[in-house]
Formats: sequence, structure tokens, C-alpha cells
Amino acid sequence: MASPASQPQRLVGLNLMVTIESKPPTARSGEAVYFLIATVALALVAAAATAASKDPLFQFQGWIFTIAFTLGSFALAAGISSGSFNSPQDRYSDGVIKAGVIATMFWGAAGMLVGCIIAAQLSWPRIFYFPDFGFLNFGRLRPLHTSAVIFAFGGNALIATSFWVVQRTCRARLFGGIAPWFVFWGYQLFIVLAGLGYLVGITQGQEYAEPEWATDLWLAIVWVAYLLVFLGTIWKRKEPHIYVANWFYLAFIVTIAILHIVNNLALPVSFLNHRSYEVWAGVQSALVQWWYGHNAVGFFLTAGFLGMMYYFIPKRAERPIYSYRLSIVHFWALIFIYIWAGPHHLHYTALPQWAQTLGMTFSIMLWMPSWGGMINGLMTLSGAWDKLRTDPVIRMLVVSLAFYGMSTFEGPVMSIRAVNALSHYTDWTIGHVHSGALGWVGFVTFGSVYCMVPWLWKKDRLYSNTLVEWHFWIATTGILLYISAMWVSGIMEGLMWREYTPQGFLAYSFVEVVAARHVEFVIRLGGGLMYLAGALIMIYNLWRTVQLPSSESAAHPANATPAPLALAAE
Amino acid sequence: MSYETVSRLAQQGGTVYFVILFLGGLAYAFWPKKKDEFQRAARLPLDEEEG
Repeated sequence: MASPASQPQRLVGLNLMVTIESKPPTARSGEAVYFLIATVALALVAAAATAASKDPLFQFQGWIFTIAFTLGSFALAAGISSGSFNSPQDRYSDGVIKAGVIATMFWGAAGMLVGCIIAAQLSWPRIFYFPDFGFLNFGRLRPLHTSAVIFAFGGNALIATSFWVVQRTCRARLFGGIAPWFVFWGYQLFIVLAGLGYLVGITQGQEYAEPEWATDLWLAIVWVAYLLVFLGTIWKRKEPHIYVANWFYLAFIVTIAILHIVNNLALPVSFLNHRSYEVWAGVQSALVQWWYGHNAVGFFLTAGFLGMMYYFIPKRAERPIYSYRLSIVHFWALIFIYIWAGPHHLHYTALPQWAQTLGMTFSIMLWMPSWGGMINGLMTLSGAWDKLRTDPVIRMLVVSLAFYGMSTFEGPVMSIRAVNALSHYTDWTIGHVHSGALGWVGFVTFGSVYCMVPWLWKKDRLYSNTLVEWHFWIATTGILLYISAMWVSGIMEGLMWREYTPQGFLAYSFVEVVAARHVEFVIRLGGGLMYLAGALIMIYNLWRTVQLPSSESAAHPANATPAPLALAAE
Repeated sequence: MSYETVSRLAQQGGTVYFVILFLGGLAYAFWPKKKDEFQRAARLPLDEEEG
């Protein structure tokens, strides 16, 4: 394994990048040189723009870009000169997946922590208000929380698992040489730009689309690279059939690219100013925003994670998917219907009523594919239900499907105009989002990461199944506390808002409705802290797992990291 | 062309187009000859070491 030249090298802060072991040198540094030239050029452009701009917020972003591109240039130069990019082409690229798993858990814990802080701010506004630190206001921290958990935690989980799944099911190494590493680090740069941007006040004020034009452009570049890596891997596959998980991942990548670009079409005030103005205006802007916003849910938080589900549940249960045909129908029905559901966010607005009704109708139709997919996943365990008792990881995956079923039942109900009249703008929505995010997205990610870590680091098992049990029960209880508190709080809020006095005045002022929900806010914080505690237990467990002695003859078939001989013969 | 003409074309044409595409997807899923291929495909995650 270890000829002197193949020792994993450490680099300036980017040591992950070069831990790909290298044995037979193959001519691969060529493209790294192009990456180096581009990165140096970008560093110079960023530095010049930072120097020329008079806008402090633009300069702030410019500094981040400059520092990131400079570090990237050093890492690329060091990698090229040490030859560590000449990795053997007969193995799967797993280094980038390891980095993705680490990033997933790091951003997950960070994002959940920020969630707990803002939950505390809502519970005790006086003691959690910091007049001297404006950037710690709820308004700045809230988008930091949503972006950190959705895009940083969820996005890294999707990128890492998609890279794992597409290689294994296509029996092909990732396409593009070091391009997957560009996708990884480019995406981290996007996260840092967006998150620090919110804190200093850079936002376009659109939910889940807060980053401004410069950050948006960077994400578009990274995302196209991601699409090319994924498509290129499918293109050179050794397996004739494209496994259904890859269809879901591909739909997620393609749709997010389209949504991101269309919703962020904007004209910058100047090329040296952070601010831009959207090309859409008025109700068109609202419709495009919620077409984007709801399909961020439909394709980022659903289709992508269904890709995860269709690989990791069969794999962990050691049974083929219940019905492959149903999975295909599930796929087409889901993507044909989801894309129309956005207008249900705009009931009782200036949007024409027929468009609201269309959004509502398609939301209700979504029951069918959602539950079809849930049943397909659950029934995969038929004949192996005992694993639910013995294997906490598969229990986590299955409970994620239960939460998926629950929130995809609740969502269509809330999209009905009459229900929406009560639920809209209340905590009911927050509870609904969190049953999907904590229960479905979080648990399916945790389950998949618990599967992947021993496979990636070549261990026989996890450090402790008992700790997985603790994680499972603490987190599940936390979710239940969270969502039941928000049901109570949300329905009470909606009812108080619509209460009139006999004289026809509103019975309650806004702040009275806020004060009435104090107990629920505290319970919600408790639920969130439990969920965070579960994630921290998981991080400890994974850390100890990585430190276990490696086993070359690990029991799991996925440990056969040397790809099939067919791949080596390439 | 007036707005009405364009919107009617887009709505009706779009409906027909998407329904046909979706039916194509269904036909693909239930095509009898595909049965064996799908059964093999369902085992793809499980049969990773071979082939």
C-alpha cells in the first residue's frame, strides 16, 4: 500500500484533499493544472474587485472569495507538485465522500445549534437579545439556521451519498478527475459566503434564496460542475441499467439548477456592489419565489433524499426494493406533480384564484406518489421486520419513512385553502417543516451516514450500537416534543388571530398572541436540544468508529472498494 | 397572436404533452419484457461485488 510517494500528504488546511492514496501514477495532473490556472485567475479578479469596490459588504464578500481562491491555489499547486492527484483509476473515489460525511456532520451540528439559539431567543427575548451584537439578532440568525441545516447539512449529505451511490450502482469511478473535489470545496465556499453574508446583512430577503447575486453565481458554477460529474459517471457506467436511486439524484440536481437560476435572475446595482434587483416584480416575483421555494422542498429535500432511501434501505435490509416497477411510477408521478404545487404558499394573495386552486389540487394529488414511495420503502422490510428490533440503524431509516408519510399527509391537508386560512403564518407551518426536516431528512441522513462510515473507513462495525439506540430515542422524543408543541402553538395562534370582540374588533393584539405561546416555545427548545444532543452522540460514535482498527476482510460487501476487474481494465 | 391564443395553446398543449409523457413512463414501467431487467436492477445495490 505505502510506497513513499503514496503516503497521504498534509496540506495547508486542506489535508482532506490529498488523502486519496496513489499507486500507479497515471497522467491526471494535466487537468489539475487548468484548475490551478483558473483558481489563480479568480483569486486575482476577486482581489482586484475587492480593492476597487467602495461597498463594505461587497468588500467583505470579496475578501472571502480572495482568501478561498488563494488557499485553493496553494492546495492545487502543492497537490500537483507532490503528484498526489495521480490517483489510480481502478478504484472508486472515496476520499471526497469521506470529506462530505465530515462536512455533513459538522454543518448539521452547527445548524442545529443555531436553531436552538433562535428557539431560546423566541422563548426568552430579553435575556437572548444582544444589543451590542446586531449580527446575533433573530432576523440574521434565522436564515443562517435554515440555510445551514437545509443546504449545508442536507446538501453535503446529498452530494456525499450521491457520489457513493452513483459509483457503486454504475460500477464506475467518479467522472472528472479532481472535479468532484472542486464540487466539494466550491460548495463549502458557497455555504461560508451565504452564512457569513446573512450575519453582516447581505440578503435578498427571499426565503431559502437569501444569498445575493455574487454568491448565486458561484453556486451556479459549482452546481453545473456537480451535474457534469454525476452525468459523466453515469455516461461511463459499466452497468447497463441506471438504478432508480440515480434517477432521483439526477432529477434533484437538474431541477435545483433550473430553480436556482430562474429564481435568482437579477441585475446587480453595479458589478462592485453586493446588492441586486430581481427581474421579476410583484405577483410574478411571488409566484417564481414559491415555485422555487416549494420545489426546493420537493426536489432538494424529497427527490434527493428518496435517492438515498432507494439505495440505503435495500442495502441495509439486505433485501431488494419491494417493487422496482412501483419505484419507476413513484419517480415519474412525483416529478410530474411536485413542480405545480408551489402556489399553495400564496393562498389569499394577489395571485389569481385559479392558480391558487391549481397549486392546491396538485398538492393533494401528491399524496399518491408520496405514499406509494413510502409503502415501497417500508415493504422492502417485509420478511425482515425483526431487523427493526435488532438494528437501530435500520430502525432510524424506517422511522424516517414514517415521518415522511406523516408530513406528506399533513402537507396536502395544509394546502387546502380553508385549512390554510387557519394554519398559514402560524407555528403549525414550522412544526410541519420540522417533522419533515428532523424526521424524514435528518433521520434518513443519519441512517445512511451510520451505514457509510464503517464502509468508507473499512471497519467491521460501528463503535457502539448502544449509542445509536440512545441517539434514536433521544432524537425521536425530541421531534415529537417539537412538533406537538408547534401544533398546539400554531392552532392556538391561528384561532387567536381570527377571534373578534362583539363590537367587531380583533380580540388580541399580535404581541398578546406571541406571549400566549411561551410554554410551547420552551417545549420546542427542549425538543430541539434533544435532537442536537442526539447528533452530538452520533458524532462521538462516528469519531470512535473511525479510530477502530481497520479490517481488510470486513464483513460488508460494500467494503470491496477495489472496483470490479472490469473497471481496472479500462 | 393574442394572449388568449398563446395561453390556450400552452395550457391545452402542455396538458396533452405531459399526459403523453407520463403515460410513456407508465408503459416503460409495466412493459412485460422489462420484468426480468427490473428484477435484476432491484438487486443492484445488493450484488455489488460481482461483475
